[in-house]
Amino acid sequence: MEQVPIVKIGRTLFVSIQIDLEDESVVRLQEDLADELTSTGATGVIIDITAVEIVDSFIGRMLTMIGSISRLFGAETIIVGMRPAVAITLTELGLSLRGVRTALNAEKGLALLNGTA
Amino acid sequence: MDELPIQSGDDVVRVRQRARMAAADCGLSLVDQTKLVTAASELARNTLVHGGGGTARVEVVKSGNGRSGVKIGFADNGPGIADMELALTDGYSSGTGLGLGLSGARRLVDEFELASEPGTGTTVLVVKWSR
Repeated sequence: MEQVPIVKIGRTLFVSIQIDLEDESVVRLQEDLADELTSTGATGVIIDITAVEIVDSFIGRMLTMIGSISRLFGAETIIVGMRPAVAITLTELGLSLRGVRTALNAEKGLALLNGTA
Repeated sequence: MDELPIQSGDDVVRVRQRARMAAADCGLSLVDQTKLVTAASELARNTLVHGGGGTARVEVVKSGNGRSGVKIGFADNGPGIADMELALTDGYSSGTGLGLGLSGARRLVDEFELASEPGTGTTVLVVKWSR
């Protein structure tokens, strides 16, 4: 199983998903992020899915859960970089990623977190 | 035709990759490739989680009017589905998911055939045609 790295910059945790996600990797990311949030006190999480080719119902549910878990630690999650084909497919699948915010790219996501958007 | 085992999360990823290759080979648009691969991911996970493992067969097919498409057949020897209509309902889940796996996968492809016998297993056949 491959692991997704988490990078802290300032008060934000950056996660860039660069692997073909298997279910175990997503569950692991969820746990790692919860650990990082408690140990760093970060107030924002940016998950970059630019390289993610598909988001199915499991991955979508995990992304939503990451948003809910982060909120419990006082952090806001923003998903950035969703591909157009992924957005169309997610919608047709019936998934809305309710509860997580999205932004076009990491820069815009960061601006949202900093209240400068 | 390729037959791939589905026994682990790794295998689900391999089925996705094989489906993506076949979809690109037969000229599906990027959106249609993504829809097919997403459906394949849902169904491969069902085979693994609910069917206790099984196989996926990926093949490129031609229609009568010359269009090409990707056909993927999933098969397991699991407990089967007792109520297929219920299993295909949006929001129905036998596990911890959202209940969008089967019903969602059906919406993402052009042809969808589900056959299941309680006690003997489940097969799902999907086809996505090029436009």
